[in-house]
Amino acid sequence: MNDVTKILIHSTTKIMKDVCTKELVNEAENGHWAAELWGILAESGMTTVAVPESLDGTGGSFTDAYHILRLAGKYAAPIPLAETYMSNWLLADLEMPVSTDPLTILCNEVEPIQFIRTQDGWQITGKAVNVPWARYTKQMLVIGEENSRSSLAIVSSDDALIINGQNMAGEARDTVILNHAAVAESRVFSIEAKQVKEWLLYTGALCRSVMMAGALERILELTAAYTSERTQFGKPLHRFQAIQQHLAAMAGEVTAADIAAQSAIAANEHTPASKAIAMAKIRINEAAGTVAPIAHQVHGAIGFTHEHILHQSTRRVLSWREEWGNETLWAEKLAEQLMQLADNELWPFLTEPVVSRQG
Amino acid sequence: MNSLQLPIGEISEQTGHLRTQIRDFLQQEKEHGAFVPKCDTWLSGFSADFSRKLGERGWIGMTWPLKYGGHERSAIERYMVIEELLAAGAPVAGHWIADRQTGPLLLRYATDEQCREFLPRIARGECYFAIGLSEPNAGSDLAAVHTRAEKVDGGWILNGSKTWTSGAHHAHYMITLCRTSPYHPEKRHEGMSQLLVDLTAPGVTIRPILLMTGEHHFNEVFFEDVFIPENRLIGVEGNGWKQGMTELAYERSGPERFLSTYPLLEELINQLRKKGDKHLIAQGSKLVSRLCTLRQMSIGIAHLLEKGESPDIAAALVKDMGTKFEQQVAEIARLLIPTTPSTNAANRLDQLMAQAVLHAPGFTLRGGTTEILRGIVAKGVIA
Repeated sequence: MNDVTKILIHSTTKIMKDVCTKELVNEAENGHWAAELWGILAESGMTTVAVPESLDGTGGSFTDAYHILRLAGKYAAPIPLAETYMSNWLLADLEMPVSTDPLTILCNEVEPIQFIRTQDGWQITGKAVNVPWARYTKQMLVIGEENSRSSLAIVSSDDALIINGQNMAGEARDTVILNHAAVAESRVFSIEAKQVKEWLLYTGALCRSVMMAGALERILELTAAYTSERTQFGKPLHRFQAIQQHLAAMAGEVTAADIAAQSAIAANEHTPASKAIAMAKIRINEAAGTVAPIAHQVHGAIGFTHEHILHQSTRRVLSWREEWGNETLWAEKLAEQLMQLADNELWPFLTEPVVSRQG
Repeated sequence: MNSLQLPIGEISEQTGHLRTQIRDFLQQEKEHGAFVPKCDTWLSGFSADFSRKLGERGWIGMTWPLKYGGHERSAIERYMVIEELLAAGAPVAGHWIADRQTGPLLLRYATDEQCREFLPRIARGECYFAIGLSEPNAGSDLAAVHTRAEKVDGGWILNGSKTWTSGAHHAHYMITLCRTSPYHPEKRHEGMSQLLVDLTAPGVTIRPILLMTGEHHFNEVFFEDVFIPENRLIGVEGNGWKQGMTELAYERSGPERFLSTYPLLEELINQLRKKGDKHLIAQGSKLVSRLCTLRQMSIGIAHLLEKGESPDIAAALVKDMGTKFEQQVAEIARLLIPTTPSTNAANRLDQLMAQAVLHAPGFTLRGGTTEILRGIVAKGVIA
């Protein structure tokens, strides 16, 4: 990890601890936009990382961005940071200048979004569900078709009808309806839709994996602290062997999740859509399913209340494991690669270095 | 709370050539019928010939100094070689303990003379060691060790016994943890020393303890007035507990803690691919992703060890999760392909399945039970 990354981690941690409080997260769930948190992150350039300065970005590497995202996950930040990164990276790829506004991508479309040519631009029609944070964004990236040609459009969120929805953690997951939304010619780009969608799936999975690794670390910290503070039968909980077994099982899953996320981040620098991302999402989803129930079991009834902070992290990991692919989806992606191998080629496949010798 | 984050470590590209060399060697050996891949070969796959061949190629004592017959390669290069051997199910049990823990122990605590006497023979693959820790009444509670050595003119007289000693019937020597001062209930970790015991010495008796399969790997080793010359004390008299604990750190985080059933996983994926059912392979691919994560954790620890750190807690984690994984491989495999497991089956999958299932109980016991490891991890997390 280089010094720039360390500084970014340090300052993001400070922002999160100071601003992203338990109260802020609860209020966000009640429908308040975390404007102050977004504002501070945007001002310090944290929302446009890994975009070159020539396109109004902050510079830095994807690894930097994923480390910031890990902290957003750890502190349950109720903002579209992952979605804004993904949108900005797509925009930068199209050589469009990025902005510090909250953005999202119209994933989960009910049926292909239709692009219709007009005299001075385009009209876009279609519907998507569970669009992360749509109601708080300024713009959305929309991928659709005109006849058989694929395009990507930058659509003003004001031109969409947004019906509020939420995931299990109370994060905005909205229905977005576009009804002949007008978009200027200069904001529509021809793309390879299949390629872009594949990139979105892998990048989305990596974002959620990294956020979950952060949230799982938080859950372990909360649980370890609780077992030291809480006394029963005259001794702190962590002195009981039954509790120690739980703590160790959690610690193992959290450590595994962290290294799976780190490996996927490292692999992604060299090979986007790598098998490391597929493996990370599988492994970290599994970890979420083990860690959250143990954390609740150890916390007892208090951890099951709204008053306690634990649910802010457990509800998030249990929601995020379904987003951008559950274990089955990613296991089948991996299976497609395993089916291409010859006999006894599993070991070479497993041990293949991330950085290829040619690269 | 202690952070358990591990660094990600690539097995660097300089080792690329070495990996090809060992793969070619293993392929040839298999083709010549020198071995048939099996599960759990670091405990049960004994071949004096094979150990000697590895020694000839410089693949034992790889990290040790040249002057002691070592090859001064990096810990990561060694890691690569041993993971290849384990994944291939090669018979490495003979020299395994000596290479993994006796060598490093001697390098850290033994005299130059002792190193010169033993390390070159170990590195040639000709000299094997047994672990001398557990006793009938000192298992998980190792500090209850009662085997004692009394100081006499020119050495010690050793009395007592060790048990669950893997491979003692093949081994030439044992590093024996014993009391050189009387047992004191309040200072249980004091007064212990490590003696290097010649297992052919008069007064040493080795008796087999058969595994539930009838296989002979375990032994009981009895010491009756065994004379141990003075120059066979390893390290400092009274420092045996600390030295023994260092030995355990090498024991817990290596690839043998999650690859014991790898030959079964590989055969499972081979067979599933032949069936061409993507949904079944997907179930197998979850095991593959777990294995990859364990390997990354283990390599992360190897990097820390090479930097001179002692990540004991993370090592305990790898052993806990890795050995559970070794058991899961068989449990998931049997649901994906119906088998009729038998150690003498003609079908490879049936055979490997039987090996995995019948050896599985040992995985989460040897080298520290899951329960003991979890206690260590929990205390580390809270500290």
